[in-house]
Amino acid sequence: MASYCEEKGKDRIIFLNPMDAHPNSSSVTFSSESEDTAPQGLVQSDGSINWNCPCLGGMAVGPCGMEFREAFECFHYSESDPKGAECLDKFSQMQGCMKQFPDLYESADDPPELGQIAETPSDPIVPETPTNPNPEKTEPAQ
Amino acid sequence: MSAWSAFGGGIPFSGGLVALRASTWRLNARLTRPLGPRHRPLSSLTSGLTYPACGAGLAAWPSGQYVARVRPSSYSHLRLGPMAAMASTAGPETPSSGGPQPNQPPSTPSHWVLMAGVALVGVGLLTAKLSGQDLVYIPSMLKKAAEGADPPESSAPNRRSSNPVESVTSVATSTPDVPQNLPVTSLHRAEIPDLPRFVPYVLVGAGAAAFAAFRAIKSEDPTAKVLMIGDENHYPYMRPPLSKELWYSDKIERDDISFTQWNGRQRSLYFEPPPFFTPLSELTEKKNGGVSIVRGHKVVKVNSVKQEVELDNGSVVGFKKCLIATGGRPKKFPVLDKNPLMRAKVSTFRTAQDFFDLKDKAQHMKKIAIIGGGFLGSELACALALKSRNKWDSKLEVIQIFPENGKMGKVLPEYLSAWTTEKVRDEGVTIKSGQKIEQAEVGGPKNDLILTLSDGEKLTVDHAVVAIGLEANTDLAKSSRLEVDNEFGGFRVNAELEARSNVYVAGDAASFYDVILGRRRVEHHDHAIVSGRQAGLNMVRGLAQPYTHQSMFWSDLGPDVGYEAVGLIDSTLPTVGVFARGTQGDTPKAAVTQSDEAMRSESQEGDESEASSGSSPVSPRASSSLPLAENEKYGKGVIFYLKDDVVVGVLMWNVFNRVSLARRIIRENKRYEDLADLAKLFDIYKDEEEIN
Repeated sequence: MASYCEEKGKDRIIFLNPMDAHPNSSSVTFSSESEDTAPQGLVQSDGSINWNCPCLGGMAVGPCGMEFREAFECFHYSESDPKGAECLDKFSQMQGCMKQFPDLYESADDPPELGQIAETPSDPIVPETPTNPNPEKTEPAQ
Repeated sequence: MSAWSAFGGGIPFSGGLVALRASTWRLNARLTRPLGPRHRPLSSLTSGLTYPACGAGLAAWPSGQYVARVRPSSYSHLRLGPMAAMASTAGPETPSSGGPQPNQPPSTPSHWVLMAGVALVGVGLLTAKLSGQDLVYIPSMLKKAAEGADPPESSAPNRRSSNPVESVTSVATSTPDVPQNLPVTSLHRAEIPDLPRFVPYVLVGAGAAAFAAFRAIKSEDPTAKVLMIGDENHYPYMRPPLSKELWYSDKIERDDISFTQWNGRQRSLYFEPPPFFTPLSELTEKKNGGVSIVRGHKVVKVNSVKQEVELDNGSVVGFKKCLIATGGRPKKFPVLDKNPLMRAKVSTFRTAQDFFDLKDKAQHMKKIAIIGGGFLGSELACALALKSRNKWDSKLEVIQIFPENGKMGKVLPEYLSAWTTEKVRDEGVTIKSGQKIEQAEVGGPKNDLILTLSDGEKLTVDHAVVAIGLEANTDLAKSSRLEVDNEFGGFRVNAELEARSNVYVAGDAASFYDVILGRRRVEHHDHAIVSGRQAGLNMVRGLAQPYTHQSMFWSDLGPDVGYEAVGLIDSTLPTVGVFARGTQGDTPKAAVTQSDEAMRSESQEGDESEASSGSSPVSPRASSSLPLAENEKYGKGVIFYLKDDVVVGVLMWNVFNRVSLARRIIRENKRYEDLADLAKLFDIYKDEEEIN
């Protein structure tokens, strides 16, 4: 059964025979100009970090975004052994900031999600981060 | 991944480190998910659920790009990871929950750093595989956070008086379970305490485009100070679920617009929970900047010369860069807008409030008319019919009325529209196609709404929802001396989305120059996201970067029809549809029935290589196709929309996960001698399961 066509006014309809439909049988090629130039992923081909990566969720743009970026960047470019050894300060600063936003950076209802993810190993549940009883007394980690 | 497994196995950790490992594991797992099932975030959590009669409900959010990647819970894993590892208390922590970890020696800070580092590398490596081209938007799943919504004045004595729009001051002062909705009318003259006189980035509007712009701005300029001004009382939220999942959720919390997912979890529509936003009083001083929001106020003027915006209460805020993202508002139908009595029986549908209003009313009705055959009308009709059938005590008859011959008549070629209408007619919706409403009156014994159709039929209904399209909200054009597009509506902007120097427009309100497809205005969520992002980037960088990323949209019209589309999808254009010889196995319904719903679609990313280099043989099921029955004729295919023979739009009909291929074809912007040859790249016979 060969592929065949129908016309309905301005609209044409082609029914493609399965034997003719395989992508490898297409002679269409694309020009390099039409390649997608948008940044892809978190780490770019030049090694830089794409802070607009969807994969970061609200981390890089939230109230502790700067602290997160500094810690992340420190680690990303770290050449020490172990990698990131010099970043402890920045991580503590990030943590200090996060503690001021317990509702943002705490996840009480995570465990049910575990079962949703096939790749999840049987790790223990993340402990609750203690909520700072005096949030206003905590100096922002800046 | 394998590095992770190696690392995860066998090494004893302190509680903190275990936590880190666990959380990063989960993060890691989530980050890989996009490469799996694509765009039905809710359904992906609900394997085994049967496909509802109206697919739009389950099939959830258009483009799905904004959900599937990293949801807030994974965000919180990411948060928790380093936090746990870097817990300021030295020495081992005891896991507060979770299994015992035998033989855990105390760990040293260097271990922590190592672990945190590895976590980050893991993030880096894994995410590097992901495309960064689509912003992910994340409804908060943190119930607590949602509870942080503004309390009314009475319950917050410490707050400034009559301050309905102030950002959340702190979590401590907020009271859960109190409605945050406040009467809009009282707001206009209200003073806005602590409103800064100048904010570098001012976003007019607080919808998807504005929020995407904020994220782009803050990504580019990490210490940016951003102010969003929106006229709704809610924090920025996403609208697509209002006509989709929300109707299928049993428990909906009005105050935080959260609803129950299929898996029983509460989920909020908010892009971010209230504590994410910086209180107005702190914005100017914050060293690292932030984003504040003014709710319940409109901007009435953007002064491009003085670089300031004026609010409805007379307040003025100066800016360095301004984005107008005022969105659109539903068109009114004059025949149904004649008097107050009639207006009480007619509504439009756009906001969260509209959703709650309609839901409350509809369950006590016997007959409702949905006017309009487009996306919104079709989704609402399906949702109401299904809801009535399954959940409500009284049976509600849903009548959809539209002037086109078939559903989505402005989008689909006529033959496909007619075919689709037949397919969905028996989903419980009474369809009156090719019918206009010539006349309307309120009358009868119960003061019902009586509609007279063009064929003379009189329909008596309790209520009518008008879903006949959107018009761009350009209220502030005149005062701001901004150009409005006569043809498309919306503010006219250039290819960089700039209306005037330092004033940009994105989303529904922008009539932009698409360098490939020409001037256009687009009303889809994905467009709001990507144009908002582009505007945001241009606002920071000052670069002349055109908006070239083609947004996509998708819809499901019942169990047998689902599609995704890119470019100019306009039924007045000539089209060439290339279809597979359909079999009964090619419909979404069949795909869902066979596996589970999530399996019928997958991540958009990476589909270019998938689609163009796929080498698996033609599906045996397809090649053994039975003789073509008329009702299976258009089961699966690709429709090219042409302008001067150039492919300007691609609609993938029951063919999923090929959007980036479609984008590339549009970027090519050229004529093809043989469109069947082009269509082969879409591998339309390939089963979804095989691609997965």
